[in-house]
Amino acid sequence: MSETLLELVEVHRRFTVSAGLFRGSRTLHAVNGVSLQLRRGEVLGLVGESGCGKSTLGRMLLGLLAVSSGEIRLEGRPLAATSTRDLARRVQPIFQDPYSSLNPRKTVGAIVGLPLAVHGIEADAGAQRKRVQETMERVGLPARFFHSYPNQLSGGQRQRVAVARALVMRPEIIICDEPTSALDVSVQSQILNLLEDMRREFDLTYLLISHNLAVVEHIATRVAVMYLGRIVEEADTAALFRAPRHPYTRALLASVLTPEPGLGVPDTHLGVSYPNPVDPPPGCTFHPRCGEAMPVCRERAPTALADARGRVECHLYANGVK
Amino acid sequence: MQVEGLRVDIPTPMGMLHAVRGVDLALEAGETLCLVGESGCGKSLSALALMGLLPRAARRSLSRFSFAGEDLQRAGERRMGDLRGNRIAMIFQEPMTSLNPSWSIGNQLEEGWLRHRGGSTALARERALHLLERVGITGATSRLGQYPHQLSGGLRQRVMIAMALMCEPALMIADEPTTALDVTVQAQILHLLKELQREFGMGLILITHDLGIVARVADRVAVMYAGEIVEQGPVARLFSHPSHPYTRGLLDCIPVPGRLAPGERLGTIPGVVSPPIGALHGCQFRNRCSEAEDACATRAFELRELSGGQRLRCRLAAT
Repeated sequence: MSETLLELVEVHRRFTVSAGLFRGSRTLHAVNGVSLQLRRGEVLGLVGESGCGKSTLGRMLLGLLAVSSGEIRLEGRPLAATSTRDLARRVQPIFQDPYSSLNPRKTVGAIVGLPLAVHGIEADAGAQRKRVQETMERVGLPARFFHSYPNQLSGGQRQRVAVARALVMRPEIIICDEPTSALDVSVQSQILNLLEDMRREFDLTYLLISHNLAVVEHIATRVAVMYLGRIVEEADTAALFRAPRHPYTRALLASVLTPEPGLGVPDTHLGVSYPNPVDPPPGCTFHPRCGEAMPVCRERAPTALADARGRVECHLYANGVK
Repeated sequence: MQVEGLRVDIPTPMGMLHAVRGVDLALEAGETLCLVGESGCGKSLSALALMGLLPRAARRSLSRFSFAGEDLQRAGERRMGDLRGNRIAMIFQEPMTSLNPSWSIGNQLEEGWLRHRGGSTALARERALHLLERVGITGATSRLGQYPHQLSGGLRQRVMIAMALMCEPALMIADEPTTALDVTVQAQILHLLKELQREFGMGLILITHDLGIVARVADRVAVMYAGEIVEQGPVARLFSHPSHPYTRGLLDCIPVPGRLAPGERLGTIPGVVSPPIGALHGCQFRNRCSEAEDACATRAFELRELSGGQRLRCRLAAT
């Protein structure tokens, strides 16, 4: 359980964005010094609001985006030194929207089999077809869909195609970026159950990027909370949901609307909206929205406190206030 | 507002799609009714039908439609146009596509007021400013000159709400108002909506697929499946005694923090919705239902009164 499969060391990713006509360009620090480990067999949930950099992080892990500085290591080897082919064999994605992530002109069989063809695995067409059909069966896609096109399938079936495409390479790690956000609740539960079954059957390790905390609580074993490009808290799922430490994590958990009538809509006291990542606040970037901000939070970025419960980046803990 | 026998039919190449099949709704002033169901169950089309905003090909029929004492069953486009954005307002899911990208926020806010109330632009601007502040937008004066693309999703939705409130509507219909937003912003927007509802005494019809939202916001709930209301009742009753197999299935499907032990499986509803096309017989949920019997294939069930104000359309209520 403790073997580190994928490791990020002080990873940064900067984008240059245009600030407007005649105003030149500015730097957007999408991922701002993230160190994180993905251990074999775990499901690491990565949560945060839109714009916090969680999808950028996922794309870097897939090798779709280079790091600006820092290093990503796959079993100790720098990702930069790993060929894309090799990486794709071991790390595969499942994206959010099965309506836009599947090529509408290809049949299901061709979509699922494409990774095999690209990587020259199972050169024999018959063997390739067999492997595709086996994988389709595993994820609950009837063989008759082999010649169907994505538009003939429902949302849930399309997401099963995406799962099959990811699994056909027999990868070790799957990066799931909002895998059920576009689906109806009854379909969402089918896909979540499928992801859990596949993880057990193929000994997979997941990075689950999601803004749905109830989904994360259900399938993640560990959770990392991201805010403005940094991981502000990291802990085992049960501990994080029982006793969140960072004020941001607490606000996030408080906004989850559980189906309990009579509780009303919670007031998160988050006040101002999400800051513009091009122009992050000084000190701790969360301080303008934080109910417990102290003078020091406006001046200095907090240092991380790592202990048995996990890791938290907040002045409340680093200074021993709590 | 009272609606009876609302039907929406849309011709398709495969036959007539009966998107909404005999929906009755009643809403009192200040009350919140949630319409809940999955995509394609007809919840959004029901709302659009009431607003008179259906796609051209769709056909609407009603046996009764009254609003604030006025019979609207045969109201024409002109009368509906007078009510829309005035007495009845609607907010949509995706504020980016429902705001006009080439108009400033100020102009869009004022448009409805000027159309319905007339008077000077200065007065309309004053009202727009007041409402932008009321929905929690800071620096309202400078926002008036901005365009939708300059605002974040949460701010755009706040602008939509301010726009809907311009003429103090008696009824607000909100179609998935927070689906495109982050959880923290979602909580803020819903909090705001409830607060404004109390302040203005508005009736609110909230359309959503999120049972968490329903539980926290609704007074009454109507669960829709394939164009019909299959179960309705007061929110506490519906969550404590879900009676339709579909409602029960939906509640089992959603992950709730702390409810399941690690590794335990979520409930599922087998199969997929078959679209209500052509001649329909019996209960449309029967082929996904664990309680289905032969009678479900042929008999049409009425909504039957259970105890506690709950109503159920199912053979389980008939026996």
